[in-house]
Amino acid sequence: MKELKLMKGNEAAAEGAIRAGADGYFGYPITPQSEVMEYLMAEQPEKRTGMVVLQAESELAAINMVYGAASTGKKAMTSSSSPGISLMQEGISYLAGAELPCLILNVVRGGPGLGTIQPSQADYFQSTKGGGHGDYRLIVLAPSSVQEMFDFAFLGFDLAFKYRNPVLMLSDGLIGQMMEKVELREQLPRTTYFDRSWTLTGKPDGQERNIVTSLDLDASRQEVHNQHLQEKYRKCQANEVRYELLNTEDAEYLFVAYGSSARICQKAIQLGREEGIKIGLLRPITLWPYPAKPLAELAPGMKGILSVEQSAGQMVEDVRLSVGCGVHIEHFGRMGGMIPTPEEVLENLKKLLITK
Amino acid sequence: MDIKDIIKPENLVYQKTPLMTDKPLSYCPGCGHGTAHRILMEVIEEMGIQSETIGVAPVGCSVLAYDFMNVDMVGASHGRAPAVATGIKRCWPEKFVYTYQGDGDLAAIGTAETIHACNRGENITIIFINNGIYGMTGGQMAPTTLKGMKTSTSPYGRDIETMGNPLKMTELVAQLPGTCYVTRQSVHSPRNVRRAKKAIRTAFESQKGKKGTSLVEIVSNCNSGWKLEPVAANDWMVENMFPFFPLGDIKVDGKLVNNQ
Amino acid sequence: MKGAIVVDIEKCKGCEVCRVACPNDVIAMAHEVNHKGYHYAFQEHQEDCVGCANCAVVCPDGVITVYKIKLSD
Repeated sequence: MKELKLMKGNEAAAEGAIRAGADGYFGYPITPQSEVMEYLMAEQPEKRTGMVVLQAESELAAINMVYGAASTGKKAMTSSSSPGISLMQEGISYLAGAELPCLILNVVRGGPGLGTIQPSQADYFQSTKGGGHGDYRLIVLAPSSVQEMFDFAFLGFDLAFKYRNPVLMLSDGLIGQMMEKVELREQLPRTTYFDRSWTLTGKPDGQERNIVTSLDLDASRQEVHNQHLQEKYRKCQANEVRYELLNTEDAEYLFVAYGSSARICQKAIQLGREEGIKIGLLRPITLWPYPAKPLAELAPGMKGILSVEQSAGQMVEDVRLSVGCGVHIEHFGRMGGMIPTPEEVLENLKKLLITK
Repeated sequence: MDIKDIIKPENLVYQKTPLMTDKPLSYCPGCGHGTAHRILMEVIEEMGIQSETIGVAPVGCSVLAYDFMNVDMVGASHGRAPAVATGIKRCWPEKFVYTYQGDGDLAAIGTAETIHACNRGENITIIFINNGIYGMTGGQMAPTTLKGMKTSTSPYGRDIETMGNPLKMTELVAQLPGTCYVTRQSVHSPRNVRRAKKAIRTAFESQKGKKGTSLVEIVSNCNSGWKLEPVAANDWMVENMFPFFPLGDIKVDGKLVNNQ
Repeated sequence: MKGAIVVDIEKCKGCEVCRVACPNDVIAMAHEVNHKGYHYAFQEHQEDCVGCANCAVVCPDGVITVYKIKLSD
C-alpha cells in the first residue's frame, strides 16, 4: 500500500529528513525555504523519532550547530536560501575540510545580494565550484520534483556518510514552493552506530581520543590531507554521477537543464516536437560530479545544445567543458527571479541554434 | 633526611593529570592557558567523566587545545564554539560538553553565538580566557582591551572615543535567564588556581544537574602581547585588569550575586 | 613536614611563576639552560620544602611533581 501525500517541495524535504532518520536539524528562517523548519516544528519529530529541531540565531550558528552534531557521527541537516547559504560558506568549508557528513538544502532565490525571493538557479557556481575557501567539493544533488525533494534526503544522507562529505541539495524557489504528489517511504531508524575511527562520542577508556578538525599547521601533512580529499572526490566522480535522459534517442537538438528548468524544458520538448523539431533533454541530477561523460557521448549526434538555466549562464561552462569543440552550444536563461516559459525556451532554441 | 626518601610513590601529593597529554604546551612561558587547561582536565578527571566529555576548541592561541586535552574534541571556526557545542549537546544531551575560548573568539567575532547559547540556556560549560588582547595574531586590540592599553592595533593606547569600550561579556551573559552559574576567576597564584578549579567544578556540576549554561571567565595574562616578563605580567594583571574585571562569582544557582 | 619537588626540566619554560608562589623560597632558576634555552626551575633549598604543591599548582606547563612526607616527632 503506497503512502501518497500532496506536499510542498520544502515540506517534502523536511518529511524526507525525518524519514531518512535525521538526528538533528538546525536552521534559520529565510524565504523561500522557511516551510522546511515550520513543517519540522509543527511535526515535532522529537516525538516521532527523537530528531532534534532547533531554530538558530543565524545561518552562521546553524551551520556550526550542524558541524557540531556531525562531528558526533549523527545525521545533521540545515536548509536555507541563497543569502543564507552564502553566510554558511565558512562552515561548509570547515565541514568539508574536517570530512564531516551532513545535508544542506539550498532553495535558491534570485541574487546577487539580497536579490529577490523568486526562484533562481544562479548559485550553480557557488555550489559546484566551491563557495568557500580551499580545495574542496560538495556532492550536489538537483531535485526537479517534489518527489525528489523527499527522496534526495535519503540519497543525500547516504552519500554524505559514504564519502564523509557535505551533500548539498540544490533546489530552487519553484521546486520548494510548488505542490505535487509524493510517494512517501518508510521510516528509517536514526543513527545507532558510531564509527570510533572518527566520531566524537567521548573517549572510551583504554582508547585514543578523537579529534575533529580541519587544521594542520604542518604544510606537508596538510598537503597529504588535501591529496586524500582529492582522491575521495575522484572516487565520487567515478561512482556517483547521476542524470536522466528524455527523448534523446532520435533527438537532433539537446536541452541540458536541471531542477525547475528541466521541468520547463520537458514542456518545451513537447511543443518543439509538435512542430517537428526533435529535441531531447539531459537532466543532470548530480551537478557535482557533473555528468560530463554521458553528455560528451550524446553531443556529437546533435545539431546544437542549449543549456537552459535561470542564471546568466553558469552551468553552460560545464556543458562546454564536457563537450569540447565541434558542437554548437548556447545558453538561454532568465535572471533575478524570472521564470522562462516553455514557449520562450523553444523560441530561443530556434533563434540561437536553428535560424542562426 | 635524604631527598630520595621523600621522592617515593607513596609520598606523591601532586602530579600532572593524565588527562593532559605529554605534548609540550605551545604557549609562551608563564601563560595562563596551560594552568587553565590543567585544572579543567583535573576537574574532568576528578568527576570521572572523561569518557562522557566532548570539548570544543576555539580559534586563537588555544586553537590546538585538543593536542593537550586528552578528551574527544572538535576544533570550531572562529567564534562559533558555542554553536558547535549546541549541536553536540542537543544530539547528546547526556554528554558533558564544554567550549574553551579566548576573548577575541568569545567576545568579538562570537558574541552572537555566546549570547544566544547562554540565552537558550544550553546545558554546556563555557571556559572563557580573557587576557585583553589577541595573542596568536600578534597582540592586536581585543574587545576586552582596557582603556588606554597599548596593543599593536592601538599603539597609542585604546581610545574609547574611536575604538569603543572594553566589553564585560561575563556580566552581560549573567543577565540572561539561561545562565545558571557565571563567575570570574584567575590562575596567577596558588590560591586563585584552587578557586578557579572549584569554579570549574561547580560549572560542570551545574551541567550535570541540567541547570543551564555555566560560564567561567579566567582573567589571564599575555606576556608576549603585553611585552612583559611572566611574573611582571601577573603583577600588571592584578593592578590593571582586576579593577575593571573584578574576580568573584557573578551569578550562582541562577541568582545574581549582590551588586550585579 | 618535609617535601620535595621533581621538575621536568626539559619541559620547563623558566617563567618563574613557581618561584614567586613558593612560600619558603625553595625554588631558584638554574644558571644552565635546557635544550630550548630556558633557565629551568630547580629546588635550591630542598631542606625548606614543605610539599605544599603551590609551585605545581601554578605551573602553567605542569612540569612539577610534588612529594611530601609526614615526619614523626
